[in-house]
Amino acid sequence: MTVSFQLNGSAVTLDVDPEMPLLWAIREKSGLTGTKFGCGIASCGACTVHVDGVAMRSCTTPVSSIEGLKVTTIEGIEGKTADAVKASWQKLNVVQCGYCQSGQIMSAVALLTQTPKPSDTDINDAMSGNICRCATYHRIRLAIHDAAKTMEG
Amino acid sequence: MNKHIFSSLPAAESPSEPSRRTVLGTGAAGLLLAFVWTPGGSRVAQAASSPMLAPNAFVRVAPDNTVTVIIKHLEMGQGVYTGLAAIVAEELDADWSQMRAEHAPADVKLYANLAFGIQGTGGSTAVANSWDQLRRAGAMARAMLVTAAAQTWKVPAGEISVRDGVVSHAASKRTATFGALAQRAATLTPPKEVQLKDPAGFTLLGRELPRLDNVGKTTGTAIYALDVVQPGMVYAAVARPPRFGGVVKSIDDKIARNVKGVVTVASISSGVAVVADSFWTAMKARDALQIEWDESKAEKRSSPQLFAEYRKLAEKPGESAKKVGDVAAGLKSSSKTVTAEFEFPYLAHAPMEPLDAVARINADGVEVWAGCQFQTIDQANAAKAAGVTPDKVRIHTVLAGGSFGRRANVVSDYIVEAVEIAKALPQGTPVKLIWTREDDIKGGRYRPMYLHTFVAGLDAKNELTAWRHRIVGQSIAKGTPFAGPGIDVMSVEGAANLPYAVPNLDVELHTTDTGVPVLWWRSVGSTHTAYATEVFFDMVARAAGKDPLAARRALLTDHPRHRAVLDLAAEKAGWSTALPEGRARGIAVAESFGSYVAQVAEVSRTANGGIKIDRIVCAVDCGVAVTPDVIRAQMEGGIGYGLSAILKGEVTLKDGLVEQGNFNSYDVLRINEMPKVEVHIVPSVANPTGVGEPGVPPIGPAVANAILALTGKAPTKLPLTASGVSV
Repeated sequence: MTVSFQLNGSAVTLDVDPEMPLLWAIREKSGLTGTKFGCGIASCGACTVHVDGVAMRSCTTPVSSIEGLKVTTIEGIEGKTADAVKASWQKLNVVQCGYCQSGQIMSAVALLTQTPKPSDTDINDAMSGNICRCATYHRIRLAIHDAAKTMEG
Repeated sequence: MNKHIFSSLPAAESPSEPSRRTVLGTGAAGLLLAFVWTPGGSRVAQAASSPMLAPNAFVRVAPDNTVTVIIKHLEMGQGVYTGLAAIVAEELDADWSQMRAEHAPADVKLYANLAFGIQGTGGSTAVANSWDQLRRAGAMARAMLVTAAAQTWKVPAGEISVRDGVVSHAASKRTATFGALAQRAATLTPPKEVQLKDPAGFTLLGRELPRLDNVGKTTGTAIYALDVVQPGMVYAAVARPPRFGGVVKSIDDKIARNVKGVVTVASISSGVAVVADSFWTAMKARDALQIEWDESKAEKRSSPQLFAEYRKLAEKPGESAKKVGDVAAGLKSSSKTVTAEFEFPYLAHAPMEPLDAVARINADGVEVWAGCQFQTIDQANAAKAAGVTPDKVRIHTVLAGGSFGRRANVVSDYIVEAVEIAKALPQGTPVKLIWTREDDIKGGRYRPMYLHTFVAGLDAKNELTAWRHRIVGQSIAKGTPFAGPGIDVMSVEGAANLPYAVPNLDVELHTTDTGVPVLWWRSVGSTHTAYATEVFFDMVARAAGKDPLAARRALLTDHPRHRAVLDLAAEKAGWSTALPEGRARGIAVAESFGSYVAQVAEVSRTANGGIKIDRIVCAVDCGVAVTPDVIRAQMEGGIGYGLSAILKGEVTLKDGLVEQGNFNSYDVLRINEMPKVEVHIVPSVANPTGVGEPGVPPIGPAVANAILALTGKAPTKLPLTASGVSV
């Protein structure tokens, strides 16, 4: 069957198995590989994208369920919040292997969009679904606070 | 892993001292600034894999003024792109913004790890083995740029200076970029001898530098094996035996083959591969396979049974790994003895990027795209699988989404699978093999499980008289080309070289056999030996009524670097200041891979009787701090990785079946569990040593010792939950 949705601002129509998770559809059918596979059960957050502005785990989201919706991936995320988050990530050398960081950034942007000045508890609540095996958590926390500060100023 | 494990492989050079010959090459084969003419007439940097590149070609200066450092190691998060490029940039006097990094092709002659003799990354050796080699590479390029400027400007080379990527002649007020001089420099013969900087004059090393992989990894453009796309590529998932040692008895693939999108089903050495037009389809069709497994030779024991067998072995003396004095006599003369037993479970590495590789077999050879950690071995194994010679295998090393040792294995399991699948496909068809997380967690090659037992004696003055340590567990090296003669040093590292001055010392090993494949895991032997020795040390110090720090210092008079990191960590943590009720500190120190790390953990009781880890203070001595922020990041990451293991890491067997499968059953550290971490670096002018692994060993015992101080009871079974500690 075909599924149509907006992907990073462009209309796409894919002829795919409706059960195929959005993750594999955008990676293998639309060629956007910034969104990663980590667990397949929405337990690690590496596949986080925004669907109509809300952070979602694309590995358990059937592609058919996003018919007509707006999907944003790490390649397409932009705006003041996204720019601030990426800048803080770079300034604080957050990344190590980097594999989880697309998902971390997508979750962080969603958090800061909803909560421009998050507390440490807000950060724990919003980010504990995103695993980083390099354990860059310490810097992720600092970078979120730093981005919040940038946006304030 | 340590360099000693490579003793059985052909060693190119002495590990500790890369010779001048290695560094400079022979004859004209020195470092070259390699350029080729493109058809369009402009000069561009030659691709790393080009035959035009000369031996020891680590530096490329392009007319666009970028400087690319060819990285012979795998960037898997540990920061080698940044650290190795910084070494070149320093001697080259480049501007950091013009630096780039890219992986080297597989070529053992050019790119061997000088500590191993093969091309590979491990044992926290990247900076240490490259230090002299890359400094010379950078200095050589600088000398050639200076000569090119001198010739162009017709001034003496001695009057030319280089700074921040600009070559200048002060008297004539002339300046040029590296890019502008590259063409002329490329025509020169590389100098045989170069002048290296006095470390006191370093301007880039020791400074805070942005990581070179920052942008790609924050914009989704960094390419890992999972992201490699080749025309006509298909996708594969493999069904492997549920028990280690099982083999396929019969396959019914009718349903699987009928799934829309399935290309083929193929038997390979490790199981049954399903190939499809998408990975999702391959996974679905894999589920539809009906396989009967022959488990006559499979491992069917459970973890408790293995521990019971290990415990029985520990009652008897093992193979001696270290013997000092007479332990029996020392114990006899003691007035008090302390005993302990420690249990360590199997651990999965669980890198964020599961194992994956792309392979294609062409008429003229094999191509592999993977986060290769052992390029030379991967190349040989891929060649064997494809039935070609290693020189026909082209390895494209791409960024790895973590490894922690998993991608460095002597059988190249996942790469061989990809090549075997490619072999079953029409020639020229690229295939991407992906392991699911369940494949990863259940797939073996774990940190082995171990049992440790101790007995120590204290005399009437509470001085240590004897220390007997028995270790029981599998050998990582056994059955591999890395097995040397005698005892497996990887099983006893961190124990046999106990730094404390104990008059009578026995360290013994029982090597066990199970059907479970095992592998080095970030910091190898020290993952368990540091925990066991450092926690037992605190138990002994407590029995002696001594402060853990003072007790350590007293027995480390011959180990000033251990003492220095202990002192720095203790000072920064406020070791001598009192803590309120319900709070405690623990300290631990470990040397691994030539680096020294001490950590102080501060823990507190939670309202519901659990333990919270509040703060970690870390001190590290790794020689010259090449890139301090990478060092700090590796310490932070090592602490988090080690914490994850001690808090919750555990792979268990029930009748031979792995009981965990994904992050819901093999839980790992999350952001809400990460304590505050501060890292302090001991100033040093010693040659740099590694940082990828040494942050891991002290964290477990530092936390355990804090729990001992808080509760009076040391957690001796890992993970902590197995010791009844809730965190």
